[in-house]
Amino acid sequence: MYPIIRKKILNPTVTQMEIEAPLVARKARPGQFIILRVDEEGERIPLTVAGTDPAEGTVKVIFQVVGATTEKLNHLEAGQALQDFAGPLGTATETEGIRKVCIVGGGVGCAIAMPVAQEFRRLGAQVTSIIGFRNKDLLILEDEFRACSDELIVMTDDGSYGRHGNVTVPLKEKLEAGEKFDRIITIGPLIMMKFVTLTAKPFGVPVTVSMNPIMIDGTGMCGGCRVTLNRNGERVTRFACVDGPDFDGYEIDFDEAMSRGRMYADFERRAYEAACNLFRGA
Amino acid sequence: MAVNPKKHEMPAQKAEVRAHNFEEVALGYSPEIALEEAARCLNCKNSPCVEGCPVNIRIPDFIARMKEGDWEGAYQIISRSSSLPAVCGRVCPQETQCESHCTLLTRAKMDPVGIGRLERFAADWHNDHAEGSAVKPEPNGHRVAVVGAGPSGLTCAGDLAKKGYKVTVYEALHTAGGVLVYGIPEFRLPKRIVAREVDTLKELGVDVETNVIIGKTLTIDELFEAGFEAVFIGTGAGLPNFMNIPGEALKGVYSANEFLTRSNLMKAYREDPVTPIMKGGYVAVVGGGNVAMDAARTALRLGAEKVYIIYRRSMEELPARREEVEHAEEEGIEFHLLCNPTEILGFENPENPRDPRNGFVTGIRCVRMELGEPDASGRRRPVVIPGSEFELHVDTVVMAIGTSPNPLIKNTTEGLEVNRRGGIIVTEEGLTSRANVYAGGDAVTGAATVISAMGAGKVAAKAIDEQLRRQS
Repeated sequence: MYPIIRKKILNPTVTQMEIEAPLVARKARPGQFIILRVDEEGERIPLTVAGTDPAEGTVKVIFQVVGATTEKLNHLEAGQALQDFAGPLGTATETEGIRKVCIVGGGVGCAIAMPVAQEFRRLGAQVTSIIGFRNKDLLILEDEFRACSDELIVMTDDGSYGRHGNVTVPLKEKLEAGEKFDRIITIGPLIMMKFVTLTAKPFGVPVTVSMNPIMIDGTGMCGGCRVTLNRNGERVTRFACVDGPDFDGYEIDFDEAMSRGRMYADFERRAYEAACNLFRGA
Repeated sequence: MAVNPKKHEMPAQKAEVRAHNFEEVALGYSPEIALEEAARCLNCKNSPCVEGCPVNIRIPDFIARMKEGDWEGAYQIISRSSSLPAVCGRVCPQETQCESHCTLLTRAKMDPVGIGRLERFAADWHNDHAEGSAVKPEPNGHRVAVVGAGPSGLTCAGDLAKKGYKVTVYEALHTAGGVLVYGIPEFRLPKRIVAREVDTLKELGVDVETNVIIGKTLTIDELFEAGFEAVFIGTGAGLPNFMNIPGEALKGVYSANEFLTRSNLMKAYREDPVTPIMKGGYVAVVGGGNVAMDAARTALRLGAEKVYIIYRRSMEELPARREEVEHAEEEGIEFHLLCNPTEILGFENPENPRDPRNGFVTGIRCVRMELGEPDASGRRRPVVIPGSEFELHVDTVVMAIGTSPNPLIKNTTEGLEVNRRGGIIVTEEGLTSRANVYAGGDAVTGAATVISAMGAGKVAAKAIDEQLRRQS
């Protein structure tokens, strides 16, 4: 079992937990993920590592309550424990040779973008962070981003905080103004990452996107997490769990990934409703 | 007394009943049948059957005990050679191994002795009657790490533990058993049987650490730093192969690994599962191995209206066990032989890009094949018949066309050599290019059988024992 050491509510639907998992804490690098099961009969879900404390032996994860399993997870408190917690999986975000980076995070994706931004700061790179949320109530990790960014731009879809609009707006302004980023790293909803990539394309800036497809084992066995890359005119299949989760944004077939992500939408909605009813009844 | 020329039939659930449940198909011999079947064994002096067994079980000896009704005695003889008797009794292809060497078959042209069925009976009897009876051997003070709790790893661990080694098995998933729990379905190998065999190993003093991915959580080098004196890599087959035809990313296309893992390990077959799987409708399984049969029969039990096997050669070349093919046919699986898919078709509503049906599988396009000249493998090469395209309406496609080795350990272990296909290179003793690192099973050979993996685990255990004795 893997004890929950601390739990913090970041906003009404996003929770941060620090889990005791010393072996994972020692190894995990920004960009990697873990797989957990809440209980004996639970499903395996991937969550990206939001930070580690190797001395304490804890791993930080931040999750949004989107379905039955995250609902169940959110009902656990510090002092309780998870059934399974395995990792770190996937490859770490590439940092070599990047001196000036733009991190573009959206929603709960910011939880994954944050340790990446921190890593670049630690390595001495110049960090511009653009983070976007639907509204002020959903804003998370603003202080953390401010602490590790040379510049931070906060966007909300409804203008209730920061600037009004999508993350692509300030990104485009910066690129048009001639800012030369070595790399744009974007983490968030697929549709956002697709448009960040399209925004960057005319300027020829390399874009790294972090894919979060449906997974089971996370070790390269099931192939459920496969994504298609358009590489030199050919369609290439890659597994997000071992080859990713980071990919070249210009190669990823976003539309296909979005479609695949909805494969179990019906099932997930029903399971989520059932889980909510269960907790309401309890 | 004349020998009965016929092997005693295995009692089984009726096809029309079992096609709709996940209970075990083969029900096992009764003690009466076991006695009669054991009586067929001639107890040949040269025991050719033993040579046909990858782990060299003393077959005539255990059957001799069974003739006397000494079931536990029989089990003890089997367990000296095999760490997973109840598993082997169920999933070994005995017809091409021990039983194919049986004198009844080779000399008298009779059915061979039902060695596998007798083995299963003895193992089940032991597991039902002899709770916690494994005797922990005297520790010899040496530590060995085993990577992967599948058939080869568990066998290696069991053999070493019996010699007094302190063995820790590291498993990436949350449950021990490897392919025995994620791959082979409940109706062929109930999970409680695997759990019982793993418990027996724990009684022998083997530690099983789940949720540890060697190559990620810990590296092989770190295992040595932690004081292990030898490591056995039994990580199994890895990344599933796809055909690289259009449509394989559509919703409803699975690798067999994913389809079976969802159903077996994650129990998606249950009424109210937490892990989803596509159930019902029309299902095409591409491939002709045991994994394809397992996937097809699983799809049927999940409620499919129709299940097709699509295989590019003929029944003669189809690599699955005869028994599995017969079971599948009896249950109503349709075989499309000498057929090869060229494209998977999906739904696309041109009017509405938000139509929830968009991107789901609607069919599979195939071509018919004929057999040409033998290829490098000696099997006749399938050749496309021009103009033979046809389509089948299906909702789900399962690709069961093999796997490629997992790169996680290779990528993090300096000096570990692999072949062109990514399989770990080993000597006859299972030694890799790294000192005191051994490997076996699918990680070395690519997809093969449970018993050959067990054989490799056994060979490596012997080699590790000899090596560590030399060193100390």
